[in-house]
Amino acid sequence: MANMSETPQPGYNFAYLDEGSKRMIRRGLLKAVAIPGFQVPFGGREMPLPYGWGTGGIQVTASLITPEDVLKVIDQGADDTTNAVSIRQFFERVAGIASTTRTREATIVQTRHRIPETPLEPGQIMVFQVPIPEPLRFIEPSETETATLHALSDYGVMHVKLYEDIVRHGHIATCYAYPVEVNGRYVMDPSPIPRFDNPRLHMSPALMLFGAGRERRLYALPPHTEVVSLDFEDYPFEIQRPEAACAICGSTESYLDELIVDDAGTRRHVCSDTDYCQARVKAREAAA
Amino acid sequence: MDAILKVSGLAKTFVLRQPRDTVIEVLRDISFAVFPGECLVLSGPSGTGKSTLLRILYGNYLASGGSIRLRQETGWIELAGADPRCVLAARRHTLGYVSQFLRVIPRVTALDVIMEPALLRGYAKEVAQAKAEALLVRLDIPEKLWSLAPGTFSGGEQQRINIARSFMVFWPVLLLDEPTASLDGKNRQIVLELIEEAKAAGSAIVGIFHDAHARDAVASRLLYMKDEKERAHVT
Amino acid sequence: MNVRLRDAQPGAASQLEVPARALSGEKARPLLQVDDVCRLFGPEQGCQEVSFTLYPGEVLGLVGESGSGKSTLLSTLSGRLPPDRGRVRYRDGADWLDLYAAGEGRRRALLRTQWGFVEQNPRDGLRMSVSAGANIGERLMAQGARHYGRLRQCALEWLRHVEIDAARIDDTPETFSGGMRQRLQIARNLVSGPRLVFMDEPTGGLDVSVQARILDLLRNLVREFDLSVILVTHDLAVARLLADRLMVMRRSRIVESGLTDQILDDPQHPYTQLLVSSILQV
Repeated sequence: MANMSETPQPGYNFAYLDEGSKRMIRRGLLKAVAIPGFQVPFGGREMPLPYGWGTGGIQVTASLITPEDVLKVIDQGADDTTNAVSIRQFFERVAGIASTTRTREATIVQTRHRIPETPLEPGQIMVFQVPIPEPLRFIEPSETETATLHALSDYGVMHVKLYEDIVRHGHIATCYAYPVEVNGRYVMDPSPIPRFDNPRLHMSPALMLFGAGRERRLYALPPHTEVVSLDFEDYPFEIQRPEAACAICGSTESYLDELIVDDAGTRRHVCSDTDYCQARVKAREAAA
Repeated sequence: MDAILKVSGLAKTFVLRQPRDTVIEVLRDISFAVFPGECLVLSGPSGTGKSTLLRILYGNYLASGGSIRLRQETGWIELAGADPRCVLAARRHTLGYVSQFLRVIPRVTALDVIMEPALLRGYAKEVAQAKAEALLVRLDIPEKLWSLAPGTFSGGEQQRINIARSFMVFWPVLLLDEPTASLDGKNRQIVLELIEEAKAAGSAIVGIFHDAHARDAVASRLLYMKDEKERAHVT
Repeated sequence: MNVRLRDAQPGAASQLEVPARALSGEKARPLLQVDDVCRLFGPEQGCQEVSFTLYPGEVLGLVGESGSGKSTLLSTLSGRLPPDRGRVRYRDGADWLDLYAAGEGRRRALLRTQWGFVEQNPRDGLRMSVSAGANIGERLMAQGARHYGRLRQCALEWLRHVEIDAARIDDTPETFSGGMRQRLQIARNLVSGPRLVFMDEPTGGLDVSVQARILDLLRNLVREFDLSVILVTHDLAVARLLADRLMVMRRSRIVESGLTDQILDDPQHPYTQLLVSSILQV
């Protein structure tokens, strides 16, 4: 069930940001939606949390959220980590909105490093926290030059990186932030989601918004956008198959975290998506 | 038969600016024509500009005046003052030149040096190689040298490499600057045979031979060149 | 075995030879047309009043001492430095492309497909932290090659062309000698089958013995792939070996141009005479 919060904290504008800043960010988001995968600069505001903790995502959420919205926040798939809990409570207090841990109930899902296992639906909005929005940054330090490379679709160097992966590891070893080509045009960093989640970007019915606070960039995937993970013909993009079943819910389909559970080094695999995992456990109990 | 090379009023004056302006008039009003199948020998004392004349014909020196007309497959061209591309094309297809010295290129083997003119004309590699090897045998170059760069060869060996290179392909006009200078009697005889064969095949040859025997053996006509004050004239 | 020149007679020769077409067809049409190009940083610093035509398969040497403007001219010709005045036009098939009037995208595409640029310092022309194979493959990947196996095949072939051991394909150029790096840079440029390659003192930083190898290699590659080359060098021996013709630069201007051996053996301009007479004979 969604948790209903008390009325917003007095002394703050609804959802913390002033209306002018929200409008500015929304304008940026509109441009980002209009040009899928293109990085739109925006005037990032100071937020009451440090860079690297989701200042980009939180500004996107703040600019979009309405009193009727239901917010879910996850960090590496979990609703109950410090970062996720803090951001959720932040919006409960400054916007007085409802929050949830259930993917299906949420209208906005702010996330760090995962896409929920439960398929997203039309009308839902994903907000990604992004540390480094520029997929070309690893090879090109100059912003002017990367902007030019994007403008000219000059992306050969992305394949140089994947080629090197195969040289070093025998396969494409990039596991996180696996670069994608959006709508046949821009190469985009999908934020550090595992490449396991990359297929969920493709033709997603939900709107996907990306906010980088420190780098002050916004970008977006409108619903039903073609998103292709870069690869070679003879080394096609593949997702890692789960190595084991979840120790809690038994799922063999979901993305698993590996835990070392004792001093002897015993390893357990559990779902990274806590809501998905709990829902499966409840369903099993109900069936039993 | 029509001439293939027509030289008229040719002049050459060197103007040296270093260390101070010096003007040296070497050739003045040289005129002659050369026909396919003949060998015109430039004769006269040293210092009369025989080598300079050959170099001008080859485009290596610029003419200061006059005209050098060359008949190619595509028609007559004027070599004096010609575009470098024209001269290079003429050198590739029409104008052959054998100097006394081989310009050695590091790492390029004797065989490759010899094959080059043929390859430039589009010979198949096997054809060029077979021909180059036959020439090397004929010019008595030991087989163990073939795949070495000629930089370390003796003067006579280098010169024979140079000659082999020049006789790899048919040259409508062949310029020879003392091709037999540092050769022994046997090899000189082979070179003279090669020259005779080229003549028989229709080459027009202009050459300098200091050795009277060689000159008498190949010359069809002599162009006697005197000191710069005198007029060169054909005998 | 006795060689008879019978097979060298004009009639017989035509069976062996490619017909003489040096001045007809594709080769007769200019590849690069440079009109009154000027780029100055100060009085007589840079280049000015430069006009010339380059034809397919021609190797043009730019010689002159340091500061004469060779490198500035090379940058301007190669699309890296817009001229203050004048035009550089390149013939792409039937179309003439005005280099600096064309869009950035067209110019860049040209630079990495039909053109090449061999830097004096291979560090400037290579990606030092990625493998030799990826260095060679980059141009192809930029053109859309998406087959790892074929990219490697191609890289191996080019390593062979430039005489680098195939076993080094996965090593980074950091581990290569100076000569190997330069050869790798050449391969990286030639892999896209360029028609025109710019070279800035390609043997400049190398030991003499290594130089000889690079020069020999360049000579053969130029011929094998019928490249047009604009080569900057202050080394007249390099110019003699590689260039069909020379332009001598002094104080931002071309003072003399012509056939390479003619410029070196019968220089006309006082400066060229000084330059040529300054070479040490070995």
